Amino acid sequence: MTMPYYVAPEQMMKDRAEYAQKGIARGRSLIAAIYAEGIVIVAENPSRSLHKISEIYDRIAFAGVGKYNEFDQLRVSGIRHADTKGFAYSREDVDARSLANLYAQYLGQVFTHEMKPLEVEILVAELGTDQRPNQLYHVAYEGTITDEDRYAVLGGETEAIAEKVESAWEEGWPLSAALRATVDALAGPDRTLGGTDLEVALLAQGSDRRTFRRLLPAELDSILVGPPV
Amino acid sequence: MTLPFFSATDDPGPDFAGLVQRLQIPFRTQPVLDRPGAGQPGPAFRHGTTVVALRFVDGVVMAGDRRATEGHLIAHRTMDKVFPADRYSAVAIAGAAGPAVEMVRLFQTQLEHYEKVEGVVLSLEGKANQLGQMVREHLPMAMQGLAVVPLFAGYDLARGTGRIFTYDVTGGHYEETEHSATGSGGRDARTTIKLGYRVGLSRDEAVELAIQALYEAADEDSATGGPDVIRGIYPLVATVTAEGFDAVGEDEVAERFAALIERRRTEGAQR
Repeated sequence: MTMPYYVAPEQMMKDRAEYAQKGIARGRSLIAAIYAEGIVIVAENPSRSLHKISEIYDRIAFAGVGKYNEFDQLRVSGIRHADTKGFAYSREDVDARSLANLYAQYLGQVFTHEMKPLEVEILVAELGTDQRPNQLYHVAYEGTITDEDRYAVLGGETEAIAEKVESAWEEGWPLSAALRATVDALAGPDRTLGGTDLEVALLAQGSDRRTFRRLLPAELDSILVGPPV
Repeated sequence: MTLPFFSATDDPGPDFAGLVQRLQIPFRTQPVLDRPGAGQPGPAFRHGTTVVALRFVDGVVMAGDRRATEGHLIAHRTMDKVFPADRYSAVAIAGAAGPAVEMVRLFQTQLEHYEKVEGVVLSLEGKANQLGQMVREHLPMAMQGLAVVPLFAGYDLARGTGRIFTYDVTGGHYEETEHSATGSGGRDARTTIKLGYRVGLSRDEAVELAIQALYEAADEDSATGGPDVIRGIYPLVATVTAEGFDAVGEDEVAERFAALIERRRTEGAQR
């Protein structure tokens, strides 16, 4: 007679967490930081077409690290959720908090009930208004949700990167300073990253309804090597 | 609301209208009336009226009056009939106001949805086709007397030119070479444009011609609203060029109408 395997629940969760963490750590990290006019999101990404950062709605952006197909599926469902909600109610009723909660629910459910957890960590960022502050929601692979009020670091080796951002942090810094500090933090001590190694997008206050904008490599280079601030 | 997920073999892709149907969110461009005697005049619905579009050297001009009618009554004086569809295109509507505005909302969301999901913008022809499909799906309601006839115009970035598309209630769409107008005063507007049009109009000349066309349409058609100088309500005029959609300022439109009225007065009241 064969005995069914018994695995202690603690062990099972630990194994799953390790599995997900390993998958996430394989990719490059990503930083989102609040600056004077909005939110800047910086990722190391040599691809020009497979994006890690995208637009969800007028003032909401999405960013993911880990397995591309998994976070891309989350991205598309987020766009679907936001567009249908804005269509059924109104554009101003679409908010990042409820979307981040839905992501957290979904990731938590997959983590506990499915064979394989999702190997992703995602960020939902919302540009503030006069009434609402900027928001950064960081959702981990098992559904833990944290809201950050200054910056968020996603990916494998976040501690060293977060330390560098923390030491450079200035309240209300301009885009150029925020961008240089975050790119330096991503590069680490031995490397330098240029415009073509990076994917950078902004949620910036302006006159347009849609506030999401990508920075092109040429624009990036001109900011990164521009005059010192 | 939950997060909408679909399996890879059953994914609606970038199709927002399909998604809305799949999620069973009610929207008004589906037939909601099932009354006998379809096609007969029924209860009074709000109708929007005259919209025009014409090409000029840098793109297209689009304009529409502001009046909505319910039977013989004026239902609304400040209705918008010219909308940005996305950054490089505009849509104007004539016909039953409720479903028309709903269709525009669906169309705007569809274009943005496609752009966000796919990461690229639809071609101008693709946008025109999408709108055609929406008009076609609306056909059952059109047969019940709630026709929506849009006018679509945009700047084709690939070809570097402005383009205009007209529709019929079956969703058939036809590219116009230079100009078009639709709605109850469309015929008068079209004649005015035809007489004043030449290839290579400047932006100012094209805006002026669109304004004249709406003036003549309002002069002949009771359902088309003219310039309302007492309340300060003027038709909406917009241009679409390589720089994108741009609404012509209300002051400029008001000044042009004032000049037009002044010219008419000095020329004599016979016209």
